[in-house]
Amino acid sequence: MWPQLLAAALVMSVGLAALTMAQSTIVSLERARDEYYERYRFASIFAQLKRAPNELAARIEAIPGVRTVQTRIVVDVNLDVPGLAEPAAGRIISIPDDGRITLNALHLRAGRMPDADAAGEVIASEAFVEANGLGPGSRVAAIINGRYQNLTITGVALSPEFIYQIRPGEFLPDDRRFGVFWMPERQLAPAYDMHGAFNDVCLALDPGASMDDVIARLDAVLEPYGTLGALPRSEQTSHRYITDELDQLRGMSIIPPTIFLSAAAFILNIVFARLVRTQREQIAALKAFGYSGRAILAHYLSMVALVALAGSVLGVVVGYRFGLSVTELYTRFFRFPIFEFRLSPAAIATGIGLGVGSAVAGTVRSVLHAAALPPAQAMRPEPPPEYHTTIVERLRLTRLFSPATRMVVRYLERQPVRALLSCLGMSLAGAVLVMGSYTHGALEHLIDYSFSKTQRQDITVAFYEPASPSAAFDLERLPGVVGVEPFRAVPVRFTAGHRSYRGAVTGLPATPHLSRVLDTEERPLSIPDDGLLLSDSLAEILHVGPGDVIEVASLEGERRTFQLRVASVATTYLGTSAYMEINALRTLQREGPVLSGAYMQVDKAQAASLFTLLKSVPRVASVTVKDAALKSFQETMSQNILLMRLFNLIFASVIAFGVVYNSARISLAERAHELATLRVLGMTRAEVSAILLGELGVIALAAIPLGLVLGRVLAGVASLALNTESHRIPLVILPSTYAFAALVVLVATFVSSMVVRRGIDRLDLIEVLKTKG
Amino acid sequence: MNASPSTAAPIFTARGVTKVYRMGDVEVHALRGVDLDLLAGEFVVLLGPSGSGKSTLLNILGGLDTPTSGQVRYLDQDLTAATDEQLTRFRREHVGFVFQFYNLIPSLTAAENVELVTDIAASPMPAREALALVGLQDRADHFPSQLSGGEQQRVAIARAVAKRPKVLLCDEPTGALDAATGVRVLESLTRVNRELGTLTAVITHNAVIADIANRVISLSAGRISSVRENPTPMSPSSISW
Repeated sequence: MWPQLLAAALVMSVGLAALTMAQSTIVSLERARDEYYERYRFASIFAQLKRAPNELAARIEAIPGVRTVQTRIVVDVNLDVPGLAEPAAGRIISIPDDGRITLNALHLRAGRMPDADAAGEVIASEAFVEANGLGPGSRVAAIINGRYQNLTITGVALSPEFIYQIRPGEFLPDDRRFGVFWMPERQLAPAYDMHGAFNDVCLALDPGASMDDVIARLDAVLEPYGTLGALPRSEQTSHRYITDELDQLRGMSIIPPTIFLSAAAFILNIVFARLVRTQREQIAALKAFGYSGRAILAHYLSMVALVALAGSVLGVVVGYRFGLSVTELYTRFFRFPIFEFRLSPAAIATGIGLGVGSAVAGTVRSVLHAAALPPAQAMRPEPPPEYHTTIVERLRLTRLFSPATRMVVRYLERQPVRALLSCLGMSLAGAVLVMGSYTHGALEHLIDYSFSKTQRQDITVAFYEPASPSAAFDLERLPGVVGVEPFRAVPVRFTAGHRSYRGAVTGLPATPHLSRVLDTEERPLSIPDDGLLLSDSLAEILHVGPGDVIEVASLEGERRTFQLRVASVATTYLGTSAYMEINALRTLQREGPVLSGAYMQVDKAQAASLFTLLKSVPRVASVTVKDAALKSFQETMSQNILLMRLFNLIFASVIAFGVVYNSARISLAERAHELATLRVLGMTRAEVSAILLGELGVIALAAIPLGLVLGRVLAGVASLALNTESHRIPLVILPSTYAFAALVVLVATFVSSMVVRRGIDRLDLIEVLKTKG
Repeated sequence: MNASPSTAAPIFTARGVTKVYRMGDVEVHALRGVDLDLLAGEFVVLLGPSGSGKSTLLNILGGLDTPTSGQVRYLDQDLTAATDEQLTRFRREHVGFVFQFYNLIPSLTAAENVELVTDIAASPMPAREALALVGLQDRADHFPSQLSGGEQQRVAIARAVAKRPKVLLCDEPTGALDAATGVRVLESLTRVNRELGTLTAVITHNAVIADIANRVISLSAGRISSVRENPTPMSPSSISW
């Protein structure tokens, strides 16, 4: 009896652990973020522009609803990092000369603030410094507006603007090759002739101010100064990643705990149904002595509550421990000054409530039945089980089965509900493994798919300004360059009806070779010249389909607005993109064959020297080396994935073992008399085990395919939860995932069968001759 | 006391068999030195009140239990020194059991209950033939819940003899039945003993039943108190209790 209750409590604890882990991570992440934003005055609105005089700040501050304004100079530069062959990219943000930052304040981790009078002193972001093994005192070279300049890192800091440090426009973080720097305005302004001017502004709002209103007015004020349009905090890159992560966590915090608690409810149902049956006489006696039905009810419910409580407490403890590990993983991606993992009391209360609730739901029928038993009826022994002809006979398949097999078949047919519950419980274990494997491995697939199949270039070079075709020729002539494919990217605002989105139109050759656009069947799509090819995520955001016309406002050059037709929509996994044939785009922009950058294929052997050359080309704003970024991301992700997969495996194994063990124990108890009789009649232990475990085996064999199907369904649900604006996870489940899930269920079945089988060895053969059974 | 030898070959020989087992702090001497020969083909009744050790003796003879001291031989096999596997094989190949409460498998029909045993036997008789031997060939496809107590017991007898065992051990076979039904069961037993020549040992506390046996071995307090030969055993139909 107790081993079975323990099994149920264990399975329940798994559900609670998953719930506690997820909920507490969500709460901890939210709280860390909110506290960080509050203490370090993270801005609410961000806007970039070409150039405006500092005096404009007063006008911005005068906008109703604006509480604080911070103007700054923000530039993107190339870096030459010691120890790094490829060029890296950096973003330099100006800070007031006196070091008092109004908005987006810095948290200094080491070193000191830079001296506004000393040349080349900067603060560097901690992620970059750590990834490159640098520290206060290290030197990094940067090409600032064409001039090679040595920078000295005086301090290392964190900023709420870069909790998730990723180069804007990229999908993968690459801390080694992208860093953020802060430099006193007095030092940065002269390099770009920005003395007394700014090109970036952030705002904090009064409580209750209307975001849309302020943005509209800000855009109006900044219009003459080349603004690309102001962004609310919700669209700020780092913030968006955290929001996406939280959304995913929320989605995932529902499904696994529900599954586990259901499995626990199944087990408890079976156990208590049997318990009540075997305790009929005791119940009758108690009732005869005057105990009311309510007292009986209270007795059994308290047993249930005890199991649930034990499971809940264990689950919370385990969830806390696992949560700490998960938190540790998060600190590698999200950089907070402090990130504590806190147990959420609400989560614990919810969890315990759910645990007890599901336990009671699973047992309520049996317990009510016990309470309602009339004493006299309870004292009579239960009528012996009646058997009838089964499907097997009706199908005239009897000949195929030995009597032993027929025993198994008839057991199953006689108690179909119990067999079904056990089957469901076991299948849940398989489902959990399939779903978990999918969610934790899907991102890997996505990255691999996107970066190996679609983007076949080795390097992407982007220019500061659209360059003439000679730039492409220059690149082609560089030693080691095998192929060059130019692209033209124009920042735009899409508008369809009342929906709008700020993105870019990328101009590509009609049939690109290096950077292809693939659909989900891996077929390359041709780039239209009479309209746009939209990724379906963008089409969804704008609520448009092929044939619809959308308004596209160019934010570059002459800033004209076009009405463009949606020529086709592609199902892609990464990004919200729009494509057009490159010459058609240039015609719209009324420009010559300019390019924003190029995709390049290089000879790996000459890559190092090529990088050195590229580092010193002034017009090159960024060089993205695909392999390097991919590798470093995969390294970090793989640890993450491994840990989550381990947790998942533990959870699933506990369920499988718990359900199987429980069923086997009960079967043994119920059939003990029969099995002992068979032993007396001369059957060996092995033969008798086969009968006991045959029933289990049939259920397990049914549970495996059911579990795989269920897992597939759940993975589909999970993929909805995991999809964000920036990436969708393809619903691809490898055969090896299915095979592994099946294997784990089989192993768990086998192991718990072996444990129960020892009970057969202990059957009392002598007692069997004298008792009725 | 030594059971008197006769001309038939002994199947079982027991010498100095004792059995002591512990129940908590109490030591129970179930058998206090039993010497016994059981002969091929005979019908023996082991008679005694409860606690006399007759069930313990049967268990030992049937290979379900081992004596604390002494020796038991079945033909030329020393049961006392046998391993669990060997005892299982012994029961499987040589012994048929009939229990007080029938112990049929409820999820199998009468025929299937018999087949369960014949499937693991070396040279059994067909299940239907065994059922015919006890007069139940027409009930072969009924489940135990559809049979009366007496019919169930007769099915159990069919199951026991279908594998043509050398030995048939019956522990209070009529204990759960009324007299009339009990007589029918005894008739099946004597018929089987007659037609198949199986050594049949029946345990009972009911002295009336002893009259149908060739030999009556009485036990009391763990010892054989008397052995009575019965040259003219009565037929079961002429006894009642």
